[in-house]
Amino acid sequence: MRRLTLLLGLALVAVLALLSLFIGAIPLDPRTLFSDPEAARLILISRLPRTLAAILSGGALAVTGQVMQILARNRFIEPVTAGAGQSAALGILLVTLFLPGAPIWAKMAIASLTTLVGSIGLLALIRPLPPTQPLLVPLVALVYGGIIGAVVTFVAYQGDMTQFIGTWLSGELSGVLRGRYEMLWIAGLAAAATWIIADRITLLGLGASTARSLGVNVARITALGVAAISVVTAMTVVTVGAIPFIGLVIPNLTARLLGDNLRRTLPVSALFGAALVLAADILGRVIRMPFEVPVSATVGVVGAALFLYLLYREPRHAA
Amino acid sequence: MISIRNVSHSIDHTPILHDVSLDIPRGGITALIGPNGAGKSTLLSLVARLAALTTGEISVDTLKIGQCKDRDLAKVLAIMPQSTQVSSRLTIRDLVGFGRYPWHQGHPGPEDREKVEETLTRFGLEPLAHRFLDEISGGQKQRAFAAMAYAQSTPYLLLDEPLNNLDIAASRSLMRLLRDMAEEDGKTILIVLHDINYAAAFADRLVVMKEGRIVADGKPEKVVSAKLLYDVFGTDAPVCMMDERPVVLV
Ligand SMILES: Nc1ncnc2c1ncn2[C@@H]1O[C@H](COP(=O)(O)OP(=O)(O)OP(=O)(O)O)[C@@H](O)[C@H]1O
Ligand SMILES: [Mg+2]
Repeated sequence: MRRLTLLLGLALVAVLALLSLFIGAIPLDPRTLFSDPEAARLILISRLPRTLAAILSGGALAVTGQVMQILARNRFIEPVTAGAGQSAALGILLVTLFLPGAPIWAKMAIASLTTLVGSIGLLALIRPLPPTQPLLVPLVALVYGGIIGAVVTFVAYQGDMTQFIGTWLSGELSGVLRGRYEMLWIAGLAAAATWIIADRITLLGLGASTARSLGVNVARITALGVAAISVVTAMTVVTVGAIPFIGLVIPNLTARLLGDNLRRTLPVSALFGAALVLAADILGRVIRMPFEVPVSATVGVVGAALFLYLLYREPRHAA
Repeated sequence: MISIRNVSHSIDHTPILHDVSLDIPRGGITALIGPNGAGKSTLLSLVARLAALTTGEISVDTLKIGQCKDRDLAKVLAIMPQSTQVSSRLTIRDLVGFGRYPWHQGHPGPEDREKVEETLTRFGLEPLAHRFLDEISGGQKQRAFAAMAYAQSTPYLLLDEPLNNLDIAASRSLMRLLRDMAEEDGKTILIVLHDINYAAAFADRLVVMKEGRIVADGKPEKVVSAKLLYDVFGTDAPVCMMDERPVVLV
């Protein structure tokens, strides 16, 4: 089952990545790729970066969504809409306003830091909620994210920067060019690093005391998980903008199919997440050719449909 | 040896344990009994360093609770907690496999896999091994968590009401399994039980708690009496002897 889904994910990503290279407002013929220097240039400067951005952000968001759901002990939550995404936008907004001359790495570091604070705030907020009421968590997260989002809008309005916040709060891949997406590799690395602590995060899912009685350093693993979530969220929000639903739908899908042993499921989640963003981006390109629909909108539609399907599907019973 | 010295414990300024001292030498089964709220689970979680020890001292062999590393203690002492409400979708095989975590730290070797298979067989979980935790019954889940603690291969095993949800056959077979472990593997088992008849039948020693204190301690036939049941539990069930073993008539 796992091998099958892994292969399926790989095949999906490969096919969609090829499509993503050749579909767009400027038509490209794979056969002329090596003879036509313009075509090669278009691929290298625009289409390849865009495709990589889709793969990196989709994979990383799916992985950190899964980690977040374990840390929050709730399946209806994802970082991007639960305050972490808005905190990243707030961070980059504040740097742009007050330290416009700061080097790019400093801006990224500050955005990651505000995201970290935002994520810790959320976890602290939902910790006392009763586990018997699982829907309270996403509700609280929604309100929390909304409040931080409102602060972002207010600050942007005061600083006369309202035209910018759209690029952070709603994800779009059409602006991705070589030289403008490379921060996403950091998101990819941070997500890949969670693989190292995958077993320990899985054990956290069994409860803090079970994890501790098996010798897991609960505080450290929680901190590392939150750090990975924050870096991934900050990098994606700042480079391509917030892409919702990936971190919610994909982890639920893989948990349904393969369970919660992250050592097994994280790679599958990463592939499915990458495939979903790729597919949504391609859809956004072809739906109103030559205009583009932002990926956050198409992901929203596809993701919502997928999530409703998961919610309403008959609960599975073992044979 | 587990050595508990003058341990007191409060939760939110409410005293729960009062100056508890208890030694559990290596080998054998010690059953901890007492009414609901007596402090049995609290004592177990203090020994397993799952609650912070504030007053008194606890040591397991040479490891001092509160000072030793979690990882070191994980190789010496395993605990199966009273409530195991888990929403994780893990297969039973994976769950039992995670019991090996202190030994392999995420890189299971052939001996870990062997131990997992042996555990599944020993606990009769083989037919369920591929099922997810949310696809089995409450009693089967309980057995899976006991198996996980066993797979940890520690000389000390703490079990908090492992017979919860188990039918009579499963209860007896689990208790007999524990007896085997105590006798053949030389394990030291501390087990919280509510059914005094099971405690009397399978344990070498009974420790009785009431309101945060130890009120009786000794061999089952010495400890269990109608008077004890009246004094500790406030119920007047008669006790008779069968095969030199006390039996409570309910
Ligand atoms: N988290 C908590 N907050 C406040 N009081 C608690 C808490 N946990 C336990 N207590 C109290 O501590 C006392 C001892 O609880 P404990 O769980 O140790 O009892 P027990 O002997 O295991 O009972 P049972 O047989 O019902 O499992 C009880 O009076 C209980 O109300
Ligand atoms: Mg208890």
